[in-house]
Amino acid sequence: MDNLLQIIIDHYNYWIVIILMMIGFYVVIARGNLVKKLVGLNIFQTSVFLLYISVGNVMGGTAPILVSEAAEARPDAQVLYTNPLTSVLILTAIVVGVATTSLGLALVVRIKESYGTMEEDEIIDMDQAEDKAERDRLRGPTPEEIAEGHPS
Amino acid sequence: MTLLPHLAALQVVIPLLAAPICIMLRRPGLAWGFATLVSLTDFVISLGLLWQVQTDGPFSYAIGNWAAPWGIEYRVDALAAYMLVIISAMGAAVMLFARRSIEAEIEHARIYLFYTCYLLCLTGLLGMVITGDAFNLFVFLEISALSSYAMIALGRGRRALTAAYHYLILGTVGATFYVIGVGLVYSLTGTLNMADLSRLLPQAAGYRTLEVALAFITVGVALKLALFPLHKWLPDAYSYAPSVVSAFLASTATKVALYVLIRLFFTVFGASYLTEGIPVAEVLLVTAIAAMFSGSAVAIWQADLKRSLAYSSVAQIGYMVLGVALISAAGMAAGLLHLFNHALMKACLFLALGAVFYRLKSVNIRDMEGIARQMPLTMGAFVVGGLSLIGVPLTAGFISKWYLMLASFQDGRWWLAVLIVLSSLLAVVYVWRVVEAAYLRPRPHGAPAVREAPMSLLAPLWGLALANIWFGLDTSYSYGAAQWAAEALFRAGGLL
Repeated sequence: MDNLLQIIIDHYNYWIVIILMMIGFYVVIARGNLVKKLVGLNIFQTSVFLLYISVGNVMGGTAPILVSEAAEARPDAQVLYTNPLTSVLILTAIVVGVATTSLGLALVVRIKESYGTMEEDEIIDMDQAEDKAERDRLRGPTPEEIAEGHPS
Repeated sequence: MTLLPHLAALQVVIPLLAAPICIMLRRPGLAWGFATLVSLTDFVISLGLLWQVQTDGPFSYAIGNWAAPWGIEYRVDALAAYMLVIISAMGAAVMLFARRSIEAEIEHARIYLFYTCYLLCLTGLLGMVITGDAFNLFVFLEISALSSYAMIALGRGRRALTAAYHYLILGTVGATFYVIGVGLVYSLTGTLNMADLSRLLPQAAGYRTLEVALAFITVGVALKLALFPLHKWLPDAYSYAPSVVSAFLASTATKVALYVLIRLFFTVFGASYLTEGIPVAEVLLVTAIAAMFSGSAVAIWQADLKRSLAYSSVAQIGYMVLGVALISAAGMAAGLLHLFNHALMKACLFLALGAVFYRLKSVNIRDMEGIARQMPLTMGAFVVGGLSLIGVPLTAGFISKWYLMLASFQDGRWWLAVLIVLSSLLAVVYVWRVVEAAYLRPRPHGAPAVREAPMSLLAPLWGLALANIWFGLDTSYSYGAAQWAAEALFRAGGLL
């Protein structure tokens, strides 16, 4: 039992990542509001950023910059650095994430302009009504409609 | 100084730099001319790269002169060169068609933005193919994805917006899955270079982390590939996007996703890991067969023909994945050949519908009744593309399905060949209903009379239609290149 607890505590960064990831993914799937979906997507992506950065972290390591000239000059100089590559990768991924979010929000603005709503189920209803109207147009007027004198 | 050693970089850099220039050009005609020129240049460069690989073998290009495991490397081998030629050729063919069609379908003030997005998308797709770095691939994936969301949203009508939005959500989830997988692989090996990974990953074969990474990467890329059942975004995106965009994306974007899957499976993870570890190949085989049947079956019932073709794309992706999932050089060659042939036929079909839309302002099957009498050349090209889609002899589609069946027999799975024939019969149905409506029905009452599409649309369209026939008669280039790429891939993996 202690052993299991120790495993959980030792890997706490992964647990945070998994919890955040699932929250984000759940919001993307379950929420009908288009903006909330994008927020969920952001949480989902952020969890991946944390995954990368925590993997690159070295316990007790400092930032990967020159510590001091004197310390570096000593022949036995040993400075423990964290891995800078993962942070740099995530810097790129953040930029991509920002671009995705802004494009997504721009689309939501235009959806709101043309549908008047940003709730997914209302949009689906409107689309289905449009489909039905299109089907009726192609089928042409029914005999009853012609009899009533409404050829359209 | 000669530019020849830098062709690999120029392939990607030229369209990337052209994109901001295109914004400054503003005028639709100028932007089109510029984008077409860039596409044609890129096509010539890709042929140059193919020639270089054929004469000197695969080569690497160190970006900024940083040596490979540390810097980003571009790697051009047989498979990459084959894909580069397909993508840039399709880009050039679609661009030749684009001018009048785009003018009719996109608001005048936004046309230059479309060409900019197209150039960025081309950059991303070419970059995904040429890069030898797993994280760089993600960046290019997002460049192509973001620009394709924008291109889809340029379509007329508000449905294009929701289609682009849903593609954005699912595409980002797919890309993020891919990043998770790459992160896990990085934590195992400490490298992102694909050649380095393929050297180091066999030592990590026993780890659970590697299995999880493979699962994340497979699902993520399958989302971009629109492999059944992850294809939900594709029909909407293809049906509401401008015709030119549908043709371009259908003939390149999903193909590149398949390339990424092949590259990661066979170069990075290694085919032996796929057959010994978790049953990836079996899962892919089942989903591929499900895609072949469900995609074709749904395509039969669509009144909107662009939507019908989109579902047919889902089915055709199934055939390609089927070839890859056989994990044999013959299967891979057949899958790659179908990739090329499908790019030809889908570009031809979508562009034919683009020409119909140009005159008729609709691609609904009811509106198109009797249209073949008024637009015989356009519908003629559609029929050629449709026959190729079914796999009728003397067309390109027949050749790739034939080799797929041969590969199945070679593998001892004759029932796969039966399934390929059965699902092709479904394609007969959804192509025939178009032929029936367009050729055998009279024009509906009160329908406006339309003229044949203009020459500038017909010429590239018939170019593609004739290519469908040409590559059905002479397979020395297409099958030769596919076989060469597949064998090089398997030889590099030590399987041949």
